[in-house]
Amino acid sequence: MTIILAAGDMHLAGFFQERLFYPNAQPGAGAMILAALVHVALLGAFFGLPAGVFIWAERKISGRIQDRLGPTRVGGRFGWLQTLADGVKLIQKEDLAPAAADRLLFRMAPYIVVVATFAAFIVLPFSDGWVAVASDIGLFLILAIMSLEVLGVILAGYSSGSKWALFGAMREAAQMVSYEIPMAICAIIPIIAAGSLNLGEIGQMQSGWFFANWLVFHDPFTFMAFFSYFVCATASCKRAPFDLAEAESELVAGFLTEYSGMRWSLFFLAEYASMFVVSGIAVLLFLGGWHIGIPISEVTTPAGKYFLNLMGMFVFISKSSLLVFVQIWVRWTLPRLRIDQVMMTCLKYLIPISCFLFFGATVWPLLLSAIFGRTTVFLDLVDKNTIRSSVSSRIDRIPGRSMMSNSDTLQPMSVDATLIVKRSE
Amino acid sequence: MSGEHVLFSLFAISTCASAVAVVVSQNIVRMAFWLIVSLGSTAGLFFLLHADFVAATQMLVYVGGTLVLLIFGVMLTASGPYLRLKIPPGQGIMAAGIGCVFLAMIFVTVVAVDWNETIVTPDGFNEPGAGNTARGLGLSLLGFRPDKDLGAADGSLSTGYLLPFEIISVHLLVVLIGAAYLARAKRRVASTDTEN
Repeated sequence: MTIILAAGDMHLAGFFQERLFYPNAQPGAGAMILAALVHVALLGAFFGLPAGVFIWAERKISGRIQDRLGPTRVGGRFGWLQTLADGVKLIQKEDLAPAAADRLLFRMAPYIVVVATFAAFIVLPFSDGWVAVASDIGLFLILAIMSLEVLGVILAGYSSGSKWALFGAMREAAQMVSYEIPMAICAIIPIIAAGSLNLGEIGQMQSGWFFANWLVFHDPFTFMAFFSYFVCATASCKRAPFDLAEAESELVAGFLTEYSGMRWSLFFLAEYASMFVVSGIAVLLFLGGWHIGIPISEVTTPAGKYFLNLMGMFVFISKSSLLVFVQIWVRWTLPRLRIDQVMMTCLKYLIPISCFLFFGATVWPLLLSAIFGRTTVFLDLVDKNTIRSSVSSRIDRIPGRSMMSNSDTLQPMSVDATLIVKRSE
Repeated sequence: MSGEHVLFSLFAISTCASAVAVVVSQNIVRMAFWLIVSLGSTAGLFFLLHADFVAATQMLVYVGGTLVLLIFGVMLTASGPYLRLKIPPGQGIMAAGIGCVFLAMIFVTVVAVDWNETIVTPDGFNEPGAGNTARGLGLSLLGFRPDKDLGAADGSLSTGYLLPFEIISVHLLVVLIGAAYLARAKRRVASTDTEN
């Protein structure tokens, strides 16, 4: 696990070490803490700002879908400051805890939800190399972190000391435990095509002309897996038609019944942020990450690369926001399912479908290579070794790091290759 | 004292303190909450030691999976005598005795390890750069041991973990089939309930 990010190809901790502390040394504690603070500030902005925009969008879109205007006054023409006004209102509200509540757990529950969602942003790459923590098992890690969110919801429902809240939490627990399975299986299907769990590598593999390298068009199974994943992701954010945990018409507000003020809004902040995270995972795994179908590889100057990464980040955020828009659209279009229908959708349809897609995705390359002699329909994916070495060479440019590893050490992939050759002899 | 030491101490203290809180607290849901904190901090320790696969597995299996089921079960049963646990003093003394014996065992094990031994890894292998952290483990699970074999003489290849991995996979498959068998809908000969 290595912290890379920030100024283009520059390792931020190394940058601070070079400029502020002793140059040509390994980044020390001071440089590390400075870099960590910058990362936290950036990710905090990515956590809060989209959530604010999505809350406004939800009001506006729901208004339009229901033939209303939505917010129109706050902040000028389109009511674009409505979220801020809401925030100010919510901060002023009294922080209530019911007498029957377990006060410690009641107060801690929103923090668990927010921390789990925020931690997911740490491993989410926004552009080539722009990730706070790069990990070989990024997808596994991000799914593991996202699975913690449900604990906060369950604790919130249990500790409220209210029957409505307890019902909401029970539904949430049953729904989460079920929907995690098809979601994980559907997320693995593009991994079979990509051959890596590193989210940055998967994003980089989908560059190239047009959309041939986007994993959603890799084979018919990944194409179907995208829609299957998106349904599970919507359910995992407890969005309608799967919002059984809140279900205003039957459970008051489900697990949120007893919450007010900032603690209530923390749950909502986390909900919109996790909508962005699951959409971001979908964009990375299926929809080409930060690529738009036009390969620009001739840029070599640092400034040009930085600009390219900035553009990539905007592309990534736009794509993710588009998927969030679809989630909002679905919420205000479809009626809520009953709890037995929710469980049936998962256990009787989504799990068998995802297992079938998984099987199909593993057989597809074998079938193609038997008939056509190649493993993909369109162009080949970008050579994985090139991606790996380009990612590794970025690390070699870290000041201080280049001293310890001489440049002609074996690349990991070639180490693997030598070993496999050695074993087969 | 570097930044890593500070972070390690923070996570270690949080692990131990919340583990003690699990034992001390008497409300069963609070115990589960402190267990979340304890296991989460352990995952943090694994992250700090660059073992992110183990850390992610810890979070997915224990915190995200086992504890959700535990709290779910507690929510279904926590009423009356189960909500607060009062332990008789005899049980407390016995548990403390067993705990001390276990602690002594861990202490003996930790002391027996030579912590100053340097671990030599071959050049270019498992550089913790670009998040290249899980490749060695992945290769070991497929039967390759680059960390042992790269510098070794030809013909002496270590065994990987392919066989244990397969045995565990088959074991889990058996458990899955067993669970499906136990949970299947049982047909009654004479149905008395009115619902469908």
